[in-house]
Amino acid sequence: MASDKVLSLNGLSKRFGSVVANNDVSLTLNKGEVLALLGENGAGKTTLMNMLFGHYLPDEGSVEVADESGALRALPLGHPQAAIAAGVGMVHQHFTLAENLNALDNIVMGSENLRALHRNRRAAAEKIQTIMTRSGLSAPLDVPVGRLSVGERQRVEILKALYRDVRILVLDEPTAVLTPQEADTLFENIGAMARDGLSVIFISHKLREVLAFSHRIAVLRHGANVGEIATADADERTIARMMVGADTERTERSAMEPGAPVLSLRDIRVPGRSERDTLEIPELDVCGNEIVGIAGVSGNGQAALAGVISGTVQPQSGTIEIGGKTLHDFSPTAMIGAGVGRIPEDRHHDGIVGSMSVAENMVIERLDDEEVQKNGLLRREAIVRNAERLTEAYDVRGPGVQAPARLLSGGNIQKLILARVFEQMPSLILANQPTRGLDMGAAAEVARRLLEARARGAGIILISEDLDEVLGLADRILVIHDGKLGTAPSRDRESIGLMMAGEMA
Amino acid sequence: MIRIEPRQDSGPLLRYGVPVLSAVVALALAAIPLASAGANVVTAYGEMFSGVFGSIFAFSEMLTRATPLIFTGLAAAVAFRARLWNIGAEGQLYLGAMAAIAVGTGLFDIPGIFLLPLIILCGAAAGAAGMALPTFLRTRFGADEVVTTLLLNFIILIFLQMMLEGPIKDPMGLGWPQSPPILDQGMLPTLIDRMRVHSGLVLAIVAAVIAQFMLVRSVWGFRLRAVGENASAARHAGIGVNRLLFSVAIVSGALAGLAGVSEVAGLKGYLTADLSPGFGYTGIVVAMLAGLSPAGVVLSALFIASVFVGADSMSRAMGVSSYLADLVVSMSLLCVLVGGFFARFRIVRTRVSAGGA
Repeated sequence: MASDKVLSLNGLSKRFGSVVANNDVSLTLNKGEVLALLGENGAGKTTLMNMLFGHYLPDEGSVEVADESGALRALPLGHPQAAIAAGVGMVHQHFTLAENLNALDNIVMGSENLRALHRNRRAAAEKIQTIMTRSGLSAPLDVPVGRLSVGERQRVEILKALYRDVRILVLDEPTAVLTPQEADTLFENIGAMARDGLSVIFISHKLREVLAFSHRIAVLRHGANVGEIATADADERTIARMMVGADTERTERSAMEPGAPVLSLRDIRVPGRSERDTLEIPELDVCGNEIVGIAGVSGNGQAALAGVISGTVQPQSGTIEIGGKTLHDFSPTAMIGAGVGRIPEDRHHDGIVGSMSVAENMVIERLDDEEVQKNGLLRREAIVRNAERLTEAYDVRGPGVQAPARLLSGGNIQKLILARVFEQMPSLILANQPTRGLDMGAAAEVARRLLEARARGAGIILISEDLDEVLGLADRILVIHDGKLGTAPSRDRESIGLMMAGEMA
Repeated sequence: MIRIEPRQDSGPLLRYGVPVLSAVVALALAAIPLASAGANVVTAYGEMFSGVFGSIFAFSEMLTRATPLIFTGLAAAVAFRARLWNIGAEGQLYLGAMAAIAVGTGLFDIPGIFLLPLIILCGAAAGAAGMALPTFLRTRFGADEVVTTLLLNFIILIFLQMMLEGPIKDPMGLGWPQSPPILDQGMLPTLIDRMRVHSGLVLAIVAAVIAQFMLVRSVWGFRLRAVGENASAARHAGIGVNRLLFSVAIVSGALAGLAGVSEVAGLKGYLTADLSPGFGYTGIVVAMLAGLSPAGVVLSALFIASVFVGADSMSRAMGVSSYLADLVVSMSLLCVLVGGFFARFRIVRTRVSAGGA
């Protein structure tokens, strides 16, 4: 690992209205170094990288990037083209690929003149082949990207950056959608490229991969750089403390005897667009006092499973029993009526109506309730009182119960949903990615509430891509792959990871 | 360098100030073509003002013009709040008018006292039916209601022309394509003697008050707002989206139908194919100018009616084209759209640090 600087961020600050996203952050990166940028959600990691890449214009500070000769030069701010020209490449958390084009077109798109591309396809393909051999990243070039797996798409994204001859590669949460094995392979490839001289910054909040694959760790908290540490000197505890500023308590889960089944699915089939995302469940039972964890890489049928239990997806065939009663109607209303509490995966899209008030969002699932309405008219005082009580009890912080729900932060939106769901004392709870995007404090609160519901007798289905979360909370772990459920043979991440990748251990 | 950032929350000043400011800016911009047409701008606007507020008669004419605009504005506002794009108020207006003629010209032998309520009911029902069909096509087959409602306008108008040449042509009409008049008991009474303003205006304002109340205070209004703002979350929360859209379609179409009833039974007395000079389309502008608030629709309908009536009077007095009214109305809409942008975003000036470290 050479020690010559290739990148220097000097005192970058960025404010969005009254929110300080980054405050005087300085950071350097050396040639051939893999730097992990760590921090809770909302700590300002992505904002910082977006300033480097020119998507955001910093309020203060400057960016310097080494040129070919190794001398640091100031980068014009706010110009992604300048960043690309200076050899900075960024792979975003959400893929930016055109699904109907093949990998080759996606890779060269934007960096080649379209007419020239037509003549030079072969040259481009050869260049990509060279990059693939050198980096160890491979993906089929002639298949529409829409048909590639998530891991392959990720590699196409990285190849797209490498194709532009980047010297500095920024990866924003590259493993969020990968299986543990895919993630390991990716990092091995990154390590190899770093030895070749590529400098890499990757954003993550998975402590394990940060410790395993980076050279140096920089931690952001509340928009400020609170410390850097050589990975060799770090362990999970020190980093976690740096991230949250204090020791975190692990949620304690006591053993419990499962009760009577609260949910029984039989022969459920939900056709998908392909065989791969067709959900088929011959049999699934969830009992009271039990948390059933469903691990798996996203896009393997979780959405269909969650949809069936939420009542938003009508299965083609099969039966569903809740609390011993067979349901004949699959609507959300029927599910709510049967005592199912639903925490949706995309809380902004399915969980709240952002422009309506916090108070209104608290009662949106029980508009026929006598507490909420009388003769078709809203009981507004009761609605506000209900919201005041629940925001207090569930510690929902924000500008007040009359304010639009979209003004709440992600964690507080999730608490709003928890309050709405848990107050109805559901006998079955569907928690779909309940802690995704939440900071540690809010995530711990979600875990505590789920365990509390379990203790009072509820059955819980926990769908999560975060294996650590499933391992920490679930009494029983199932793995979903290609729309089919399998029981994990043991609680070790190796075998579960293999099942997630489709290899039945 | 200038950047655009979303505002955290637009305060009441912005929300209520923007439409008013837009109207003022639109009038100011309209001064340019007015001046280039060779008119004295101050005199022209003076004429325009007195054409609306100069006499009781002028004012009552403005109210008469505002009446159908309140109905069609409400029709658009209620539907748009639920993201149901009813562009067909013009056609639904004519459906309402046709129904009013059908039952109001002596078709049924019923006591006179029931005739007016029957006309109103049938007009509303006909308008509602006119919006129910495209909504059915949307919820069942995914047909874009913007296209279907818009095209239905032309179909309905041509149907009306056919009817006026045939089945409902007035035998006493000297060959003109017009319907027989509505019976006297079926007419909406006028409000002031010897003026044209009629009780349709009262009906329109009552409708606006009810719509506003229902939107804010009723469970139906709650559901409507939820579906309009985030249909996906509404569905997830157990709100029947299609059912709600149907109820909205019925209400919206009925309101547009009432515009037709009010014009036929309140003003003209008989039906011709030029009953509405585009009230249905202007209703969309009225609704947008009002920020889709039913209460605001009353105010914005009054404003737009003032512009139309005032511009008519100005063009008579000054000899400039009355198309100026259309110009002011269109520019108000553009100004509201631009103003709405400024209400949601702020422009931030930033100093460019030109790469200096």
